[in-house]
Amino acid sequence: MNKMNFKEIALNNFLEFERNLNGEKDLPIHSFRKKSFEYFNTLDLPTIKNEEWKYTNVSFLNNEYFKISNQKLDFSFDHIQKFLFDNLEHSLITLVNGFFNKNLSKLLDIPKGVEIISLAEALKLNHPIVEKYLGKISDNKDNFFTSLNTSFINDGVFIYIPDGKIIEDPIHIIFYQNSIQENNLVQPRNLFFIGKNSQVSIIEHYVSDTDTKYFTNSVTEIFVDENGILDHIRLQEESLQAVHIGRMDVNQERYSNFSSHLISTGAKFSRNEFNTRFIGQGGESTLNGLFMIDGEQLFDAHTLIDHAQPNCNSHEHYKGILQGNSRGVFNGKVMVRPDAQKTNAFQENNTILLSESATMNSKPQLEIFADDVKCSHGATVGKLNEEAMFYLKTRGIGQEAATAMLIHAFASDVITSIKIEALRDYLEKIITRKFN
Amino acid sequence: MSVTETQKIEELANREYKYGFVTEVEEDKLPKGLNEDIIRQLSEKKGEPDWMLEWRLKAYRHWLTMTEPHWPNVKYDPIDYQDISYYSAPKKKPKYNSLDEIDPAIRETYNKLGIPLEEQMMLAGVAVDAVFDSVSVATTFKDKLKELGIIFCSMSEAIKEHPDLIKKYLGSVVPYTDNFFAALNSAVFSDGSFVYVPKGVRCPMELSTYFRINASETGQFERTLIVADEGAYVSYLEGCTAPIRDENQLHAAVVELIALDNATIKYSTVQNWYPGDKEGKGGIYNFVTKRGLCKGVNSKISWTQVETGSAITWKYPSCILQGDNSIGEFYSVAVTNNYQQADTGTKMIHIGKNTKSTIVSKGISAGRSNNSYRGLVKIGKKAENARNFSQCDSLLIGDKCGAHTFPYLEINNPTAQVEHEATTSKIGEDQIFYLNQRGISKEDAVNLIVNGYVKEVLAELPMEFAVEAQKLLSISLEGSVG
Repeated sequence: MNKMNFKEIALNNFLEFERNLNGEKDLPIHSFRKKSFEYFNTLDLPTIKNEEWKYTNVSFLNNEYFKISNQKLDFSFDHIQKFLFDNLEHSLITLVNGFFNKNLSKLLDIPKGVEIISLAEALKLNHPIVEKYLGKISDNKDNFFTSLNTSFINDGVFIYIPDGKIIEDPIHIIFYQNSIQENNLVQPRNLFFIGKNSQVSIIEHYVSDTDTKYFTNSVTEIFVDENGILDHIRLQEESLQAVHIGRMDVNQERYSNFSSHLISTGAKFSRNEFNTRFIGQGGESTLNGLFMIDGEQLFDAHTLIDHAQPNCNSHEHYKGILQGNSRGVFNGKVMVRPDAQKTNAFQENNTILLSESATMNSKPQLEIFADDVKCSHGATVGKLNEEAMFYLKTRGIGQEAATAMLIHAFASDVITSIKIEALRDYLEKIITRKFN
Repeated sequence: MSVTETQKIEELANREYKYGFVTEVEEDKLPKGLNEDIIRQLSEKKGEPDWMLEWRLKAYRHWLTMTEPHWPNVKYDPIDYQDISYYSAPKKKPKYNSLDEIDPAIRETYNKLGIPLEEQMMLAGVAVDAVFDSVSVATTFKDKLKELGIIFCSMSEAIKEHPDLIKKYLGSVVPYTDNFFAALNSAVFSDGSFVYVPKGVRCPMELSTYFRINASETGQFERTLIVADEGAYVSYLEGCTAPIRDENQLHAAVVELIALDNATIKYSTVQNWYPGDKEGKGGIYNFVTKRGLCKGVNSKISWTQVETGSAITWKYPSCILQGDNSIGEFYSVAVTNNYQQADTGTKMIHIGKNTKSTIVSKGISAGRSNNSYRGLVKIGKKAENARNFSQCDSLLIGDKCGAHTFPYLEINNPTAQVEHEATTSKIGEDQIFYLNQRGISKEDAVNLIVNGYVKEVLAELPMEFAVEAQKLLSISLEGSVG
């Protein structure tokens, strides 16, 4: 068993997955899965020779064994209680090991026409939106891990907001990983459709209360229609043994507004690929991120903002705090296509190294093919500001307290731009726990 | 874009290469192709000692095991390395005592370029080691330099007369195993310059080599080696123009700089080789490996480049900051027009403690060109208190061109302070409007703005060069209003 490489393991899993499908083998979705698996077979596990994986070595996957997770139901709110936000009215959805769990989900009053259901159910219903968009926004041909996820599409969250609906309370989705028998392969697949003039906040929250090894490979596809507003937050608190690969692809229609916050503290190995594409004019996109890693953790953020249309604005700001032997990678690409005039694109990456052996590799990229644009990027890497530290010390504040204070201040840029107060409090608590 | 703007851009695109002419000089040429025999012949023609031939052959054998890299952001037709003649020299090779003895055709070439040798000698006290094709034909001011113990000669001469220095330093910064083009250069380099400045000597004048590619279909493989011994200072200028050609010409030079304790080397380049016609046909492939090693403490290496020519420019003048407190600098202006492509930038490798580096890169793209900045700043584990500041700006003129930035920051030490900034924009309409208001024509306004934009870099050039660079810029950008 141990001698199998990652692709062989994937094949074994795929065969087992097919065996367990029973009668569902004949559904159209399965031929789509099979097609994806064919694509997957043409691809190889990326190596560091691949420019996109230059600093992130995934070859260790060839020495690991993973097995697709099975649905289990016997969980109670006790398991997820500590991941809920205090003082927040919100709809809650919980997925356990990638499977929608009705007992751990409760929806507040949602406007008529809005659908918040499991992807499995949406597939059974042959939902027209699912048919139209699933697998169409994320590329399943060239990306190894996205193809892998697509080959196993089964469950996840499907949110459909029709035109003109405003959902006031955020939707909190907990991806709870409970991997008692180790080495689960968890592959949730989500599809969010925000209709014209609609507005919603969605929180994707990846958690685990065990300290075990498993592999989350999630893909989220998002479509924001004209004038739609989506506030998306992803909070990654996986087990410190886990492998987390998260992909998000967003298509933005005219005048839509998409904002994303990624807060990442968990997983031994995490890779985040966030891509947004303007398919109509006048869109606005924000990608913010904060990662705090320690020990042997590796965090990698790859973002692509594709200005395929004129008159769009994008803002990107990623901040990192590195301790221990941790390694951070940031690769932010802004693409301004020909004719995408009047583009404004701003990108920044700041990293603080708190230990001798932490490493940061930053690669902000601009590719610009139009002339009437304003684009800039900046990157800084360093330690905490010595002058600020000295100032605090002269006021009688000790080294540790001063460090904590400066870190809070450093992180606050990203945290204060999150609109949900309860979530900000939750994050402040994480930072306090980590650095005080 | 308004009609007049489009016209102006077209006008700019239609501008022919101003320095296009071929000087007819009899040439001594090797047949096309590359194999061990060719290298033996080449070495023999140059009268090289055996160790040099061995070195070349080793490089050639290693080159055979390598494949041509294709990662840069440039596109070109495959190069047939067997279709190039690897040696060409003016046939008559007498030793000159005065400039009057030089072949009048060659002197005429310089005159057409507006940089006559005599004038230069008089003007700024520049010692010119003029490389006409691959062999040095004129060397000036040698005696004066000799008094100070400075060696400034062609590489072939240095191999014969200073074998110890060459053996010690050649390939020590760019070994022949370094990359595909460096290996090729090591195997077939025709000539180049060698500079050695002894301990504590400050070179009293700017050293300069004007070389041009002249023989049709010969690749130029220059090899430059500059060594500044402890406490020495030297400023070296490199500048070139080349006549119109139809076939693409490969230029794969290698430049190595070595600065020992407290030494400073300043290396300036103005590159204006034939960029190809407005259809993107022809033009020089400029694939150069340039690297400086700050070997000693407190040493400093500074690269300044103004790149306006070549169909493809692909080079990264780099600094290895090995000595404690050493300093690396990179100042660059890269202008691309028509179908030109540039993928250029720098690498700053911080190894020693308290090392500092500054990168200022200004890209200007017009027409259908593509201009990329690619740079690496690497802070090693032991490089305590390293400091880097990078600024890479791009200016776009017209909507058919592209500007790209690929900076890599690799930080392995928490005491480092690294900053990177980049902006991309076009010339602001408000800026042009403001200048128009004050009675300055649109064209002058663009020139003014561009000059202001690149000022930071031009200020780093030695006086004589700054003038030429400014001229080149306004020639390349006249009439381009965007």
